Amino acid sequence: MSVQVQAEDFDLGAEVRAAHAGCLRVGAVASFVGYVRDLNEGDEVRDLVLEHYPGMTERALERIEAQARERWTLDAVRVIHRVGRLAPGQQIVLVVVASAHRGEAFAACEFLMDYLKTQAPFWKKEQTPAGARWVEARSSDDAAAQRWGGNG
Amino acid sequence: MIRIAYFARLREAFGTDGEQCPLPAGVADVAALTQWLCGRGGAFAAELAAGRAFRVAVNLDMADAATLVRDGDEVAFFPPVTGG
Repeated sequence: MSVQVQAEDFDLGAEVRAAHAGCLRVGAVASFVGYVRDLNEGDEVRDLVLEHYPGMTERALERIEAQARERWTLDAVRVIHRVGRLAPGQQIVLVVVASAHRGEAFAACEFLMDYLKTQAPFWKKEQTPAGARWVEARSSDDAAAQRWGGNG
Repeated sequence: MIRIAYFARLREAFGTDGEQCPLPAGVADVAALTQWLCGRGGAFAAELAAGRAFRVAVNLDMADAATLVRDGDEVAFFPPVTGG
């Protein structure tokens, strides 16, 4: 399974190695790791809780992967998104893409993250000194996804 | 029967993660179901009012106002997503 939603942490090195293991046509592996920050909208973030929609979230990630595979020739795609309570500094999300050349790997990696941020049902709730609050969606994320064209 | 699920801010506002109910009379699409929920007043009317930012999925796929809702469907209401 190349997309996964899990509470556990992940190992970037192991995922990158797995992405090109046994496939000698792979010349490029691009990866992205998202981390919890300790500051958002000017406020200290003590931790956050990631909620998702079991069943739909996995399906949405699989669809995003399929769209990336239609656009580019990719040898491996791996998406891991964590859920549950996470502290600043912890890893939230991983995207790894293997391809013959860097152009496709870089582009597909960015596409996957842009679509994940606007299409996959995850919600963040932050704990700040003033109390808990739901993170609001950003229009800049919509703009980032829209530059790839299509409607997702 | 249909299953209606609520997530994140909407789950908290409605005080439940979902419910099961008979498909309301006259409801055939997302727009009509949304209007029916708004008719309950209170948090439903406030959160699902026109102009409020929320998304709807039918049977685990993103939907829009015109998406059909049939007996046996699962319809979910949630805020715009904020993962990644």
